Amino acid sequence: MRRLSWFNTVSLTLGFAFLYIPMLILIVYSFNGGKLVTVWSGFSTKWYGELFRNEAFLDAAWVTLKVAVVSSTIATVLGTMAAYVMVRAGRFRGRTLFSGMIYAPLVMPEVITGLSLLLLFIAIGLDRGVLTIVLAHTTFSMCYVSVVVSSRLVTFDQSLEEAALDLGCTGFEAFRLVTLPIIAPAVISGWLLAFTLSLDDLVIASFTSGPSSTTLPIKIFSAVRLGVSPEINALSTIMITLVAVGVIGASLSSKRTIAKRAKDEQEAIQ
Amino acid sequence: MKRFGLISVPYLWLLALFLVPFLIVLKISLSDTALAIPPYTPTLDLSAGWAGVREWLSGLDMENFTWLTEDDLYWKAYLSSLKIAVLSTIFTLLVGFPIAYGMSRAPDEWRPTLMMLIILPFWTSFLIRVYAWKAILSQEGFLNQLLMGIGIINEPLTILNTNTAVYIGIVYTYLPFMVLPIYAALERLDESLLEAAEDLGCSRLTAFWLITLPLSKQGVIAGSFLVFIPAMGEFVIPSLLGGSKTLMIGKVLYEEFFANRDWPVASAVAVILLLILIIPIVLFQRNEEKQREAGK
Repeated sequence: MRRLSWFNTVSLTLGFAFLYIPMLILIVYSFNGGKLVTVWSGFSTKWYGELFRNEAFLDAAWVTLKVAVVSSTIATVLGTMAAYVMVRAGRFRGRTLFSGMIYAPLVMPEVITGLSLLLLFIAIGLDRGVLTIVLAHTTFSMCYVSVVVSSRLVTFDQSLEEAALDLGCTGFEAFRLVTLPIIAPAVISGWLLAFTLSLDDLVIASFTSGPSSTTLPIKIFSAVRLGVSPEINALSTIMITLVAVGVIGASLSSKRTIAKRAKDEQEAIQ
Repeated sequence: MKRFGLISVPYLWLLALFLVPFLIVLKISLSDTALAIPPYTPTLDLSAGWAGVREWLSGLDMENFTWLTEDDLYWKAYLSSLKIAVLSTIFTLLVGFPIAYGMSRAPDEWRPTLMMLIILPFWTSFLIRVYAWKAILSQEGFLNQLLMGIGIINEPLTILNTNTAVYIGIVYTYLPFMVLPIYAALERLDESLLEAAEDLGCSRLTAFWLITLPLSKQGVIAGSFLVFIPAMGEFVIPSLLGGSKTLMIGKVLYEEFFANRDWPVASAVAVILLLILIIPIVLFQRNEEKQREAGK
């Protein structure tokens, strides 16, 4: 078995400490009783109570959730199609532009995307609200989905699809019965990525939301702009916990799937 | 025919909601500011036919761009964003490379856990991760409490609301984007190459310099673009951690639009930012395409 050299041990320890200590402090101090956020004054869950009585936060959370579910679902369909085009469609007129429009949103500064979408919505006379945020979020998250799905598609054995077609499947049947089950994990992680990107987005949502459609990040941003707020610490703790449970659960279940597949293969050989 | 449908749906969506909006930004950047709704003139009036288009074209000028060069706020903001983005990309690389290297050298059974620990912050809200530093870096914050507690300093350091806090914020939030591509490159590295080099008399450091570093190049390039390009237009980090002296173009654009309601100038700011970023964006796209081809 390989062992880590002291240099690697130190860099991993320091690196992960740097990544996790700020979040741990946030979580610990969300249970602080006092109003001062940097002075410990006894354990209390009162900020969680305050948070759940705060109607404005609950409304914003509901809007955010709606937007995230709808936009990530549309983005997953469009992004999977786009990944298919990128990997399988071969050459076609305008391919470079297409690939540019897939990769550019991944790195495009949000202020530019937000501003340009807002100006589009105004030019076509679309009122800002939940719909415009959904359109905006779908557009940038479909690109992330397509990158995730296409990385799975390139490693996929195309002869399986061809076999299905030879055996009389239509193109769509071959996709549904052969390709989709194989790329499903990538499609699911694409959906989850699109979902969290939408939950998390502040800048594009501030450009494209209307007065009746404030999302949670917009609410959080206006609350913390001037300082630290214990209620936001409580909210952050809830969000971090949900993500941690999700990510740890997903990685455990993928570990189990891999172990099961290895076992199946072993049995098949014997 | 089916292939056409498959291509055209995502294609049209991106054209309508990604490309056309940029053309609108370009158009408005050439218009004049006006006290109206929407706050710019001329507006394109298609119902007037050719006369409408001609009138609209004759109303366009480069006035907003001239304005950007005259007021030194703007070019100072571009330069300072460029400086902050370049330096924080370097810092992120210096912090991220050893982590990625350590991960790639770790025992096989640790790797999934280490990978999960890197990905977890990436899934956690960006806004919350930036916000977490506010309580650490403030005058009476945890960092100052710690440093004064162990007697390194007597007076609290002013870090929050300075550029230092912005650098810390960018390195912290963008770290997974740097670590993941480098780790992916290092993981593919064939270890027998290093053993061969050592057998042939290279020291470990020379082997690292001659083999590991060149073979991780693609990962370093991808990671650097993933940090540099968005950092250049960053808005959240300078507004939460930076001070009034922190000039970043993303913040200027946001304020021009929301506070001053000057849409043509905000659009001109966006057009120039895009012109600065177009080369890195194209290079990033090429690099990704090349890696995808190599993965086949």
